[in-house]
Amino acid sequence: MKALAARRHHPLAFVAILLLALVATGGLYAAFQPRSAQAESYSQDDVDKGEELFLANCASCHGTNAQGMQDDSGNTLGPSLIGVGAAAVDFQVGTGRMPMQNSGAQAWRKPPQMNDEQTRQLAAYVASLGPGPSVPDEEALSSKDADLENGGNIFRVNCAMCHNAAGAGGALTRGKFAPSLSGVESKHIYEAMETGPQNMPVFNDDNISASDKRDVVAYLKALDEQGSPGGISLGSFGPVTEGLYAWTIVLSLLVGCAVWLGAKAK
Amino acid sequence: MATTTPTRPSTEAPEDSGSEGRMLKLGAVGGDWLDRRVSGAGLVRFFGRKIFPDHWSFMFGEVALYSFVILLISGTYLTMFFVPSMDEVVYDGIYAPLQGAHMSKAYESTLHISFEVKGGLLFRQMHHWSCLVFMVAIFVHMFRVFFTGAFRKPRELNWLVGFALMVLGMVAGFTGYSLPDDVLSGNGLRVVDGLMKGIPIVGTYISMLLFGGEFPGHDIIPRFFTIHILLVPAAILGLIAIHMVMLVLHKHTQYPGPGRTERNVVGFPVFPVYAAKAGGFFFLVFGIITLISATTAINSIWVYGPYDPSPVSAGSQPDWYMLWTDGGLRLIPGWEFTIFGYTVSLNILLPMVVYGGLLAFLALYPFIESWVTGDDREHHLLDLPYNAPVRTGIGVAWITEYLILAMAATNDLIAVKLHLSINDLTWTFRIAFFLAPVIVFYITKRLCLAMQRQKRDLALHGEETSKVVRMENGEMIEIHEPLNEFDRWVLVQHDDYRPLKAGKGVSALRAAATSFFFKDQLAPVTPTELREALEHAGHERHKIDELTGGDYRTPDVRSH
Repeated sequence: MKALAARRHHPLAFVAILLLALVATGGLYAAFQPRSAQAESYSQDDVDKGEELFLANCASCHGTNAQGMQDDSGNTLGPSLIGVGAAAVDFQVGTGRMPMQNSGAQAWRKPPQMNDEQTRQLAAYVASLGPGPSVPDEEALSSKDADLENGGNIFRVNCAMCHNAAGAGGALTRGKFAPSLSGVESKHIYEAMETGPQNMPVFNDDNISASDKRDVVAYLKALDEQGSPGGISLGSFGPVTEGLYAWTIVLSLLVGCAVWLGAKAK
Repeated sequence: MATTTPTRPSTEAPEDSGSEGRMLKLGAVGGDWLDRRVSGAGLVRFFGRKIFPDHWSFMFGEVALYSFVILLISGTYLTMFFVPSMDEVVYDGIYAPLQGAHMSKAYESTLHISFEVKGGLLFRQMHHWSCLVFMVAIFVHMFRVFFTGAFRKPRELNWLVGFALMVLGMVAGFTGYSLPDDVLSGNGLRVVDGLMKGIPIVGTYISMLLFGGEFPGHDIIPRFFTIHILLVPAAILGLIAIHMVMLVLHKHTQYPGPGRTERNVVGFPVFPVYAAKAGGFFFLVFGIITLISATTAINSIWVYGPYDPSPVSAGSQPDWYMLWTDGGLRLIPGWEFTIFGYTVSLNILLPMVVYGGLLAFLALYPFIESWVTGDDREHHLLDLPYNAPVRTGIGVAWITEYLILAMAATNDLIAVKLHLSINDLTWTFRIAFFLAPVIVFYITKRLCLAMQRQKRDLALHGEETSKVVRMENGEMIEIHEPLNEFDRWVLVQHDDYRPLKAGKGVSALRAAATSFFFKDQLAPVTPTELREALEHAGHERHKIDELTGGDYRTPDVRSH
């Protein structure tokens, strides 16, 4: 102890303590940070192929090391992808939003440009850059035993204000929008909640637990499957489309009848 | 009557003729029996012989009446299953996504009607679709009455009754779509609660009184139920009765035409022509509404979920006839200030003033116009809309303002569907709110005046025949075919109004108003003008006939 006490005032002691503290905090954070179970393991080969694809297709905006890029006036060209995880890649590339068609308020969904294998390799590369949410496995998406009522309730409280109660989509500020959710793959809905793409907030497992997310996905799938019990849904946009329908189709039918009855007999 | 029983031709089976004869006798005896007790024969004869003019544009009031009948029938069915209560229950019906959800009995019973009652969903959709059709028909009917000037003396009061019916229709619709107690209708109620609380001093008291405490409370659904199924329908029925009695007293208006005057009605009698037409029309309207209700979803409340004050869905809008009341709230900036510790919400009060102003103008227009024109005569012949350019312009401007407010209420849907920015749309509508009615008024008025000129030319010179003759001096003349007297009459019969000069009991304001109304008006063709035009045409015709010998074909066609 004496030896230690003697060196207590050594200039390097402070550095050593700081190093120890940093390692401890970092290690604890890494050990306890929220993260969904790694569903897929990627080989080094996947990561390498992914990097090639990344450099060819994504680096022009996200930077050659995926660190993100800005133009001369400080606007973001593409955000940093370090730590966004495989789920973000699987969502953005899998729904065709990335690579982006053109810059604008928001990236549009389009037919995917990468096939499943390429998407997986890109995801492997981005996942290798830093820990982040992974692509959900079958079990996380299974609608077996899902609580539809719970899913519907969470959806109405957390999602419907942007996506509409029927998931038909809605407007955000300045030309941005929440897209329609009908016909969207379960894993993409799940990934969107986990990663918060574009203007969407992140709903991580602390916010909405994994089983709640599964219920939301199951509820949306149930809405899709049940269709519209009342007949033509008119896009599920509610009273406005109904009113438009009354003023156009129904009124035309009524005017047709009125003209027919008002016509002079020949 | 009994003596007129016809003898049957011998080819018919004897028992047939026997039963028919007996039925006729029974009918006659029954009718006589009834007549001796209620003496309705005179009344039936009076109504049966009543004449109505024939025109398709006169039939929208009928559509409104028929959809109201459908509303009563379908509504009666719904009351048998609907539970107007806000008591909380746990859902255990057959709609899986809500099993286990907490909800009010009102919402539960609406789900029950939709999914478990036989024909329940069809009746719900018929009730809602016929409500939309009811309001559409009322508006189209009002347009017709407005643009043809049918509201003029002696029909000003009936215009007011019709206006009251329109407002009551809005109340009926609002209280009706609030009853299922779903998220969307609850959001609508919250807006109404906010509107009431925005009224200075008394606002919070009114809100507490209506909701029986703090919003949403437990009273609003049963209270709205009473208003929706008792008070408002009774008021609508009473006003419809007054509307119809006045219609019979005033007789129906008619479009101008040969033989039609301010003292007659040219058309067909109620019996048998209109009884058949109107009866048939009722079934057509019923059929169309049933067809639409059987094929097209409306107000899918199970998607909105049971009411809970926290969620608001994107795309939350009221039914179309209430849209305009939401538009002003979306357009107004968040103007509020505090005075003596009280918040004055101009962002609520100003839109309400605008709504009140638009409605008041609509209600009072007949009186405003008769003050301007000073016209105290009865009018049973309708104006053709282009003959009243300022009135038509004002009407179209009013509709434009209404439409802009309605479209402002749908700004989020327009933004999403047309890929526009909702912020830009809001600003566009704000500017359009002030500019569009003025521009639309001017354009409409100029279009009407252009039509007046065109019709005036038509009355004077007749139709162009596309036959152009070149005279010896090189002059080109198109041969015009004069109109027949009947067609010309429609174009020359209208009144000539002139602006008044101020002084001699005419106030400066009224002089300015008449000038605004009539200074650009074209005078109808006078008999002198017509005679001159016809003489001129005769001259021309004579010259052409001299040259061509009455054969207008081109020389090289003629030589074949």
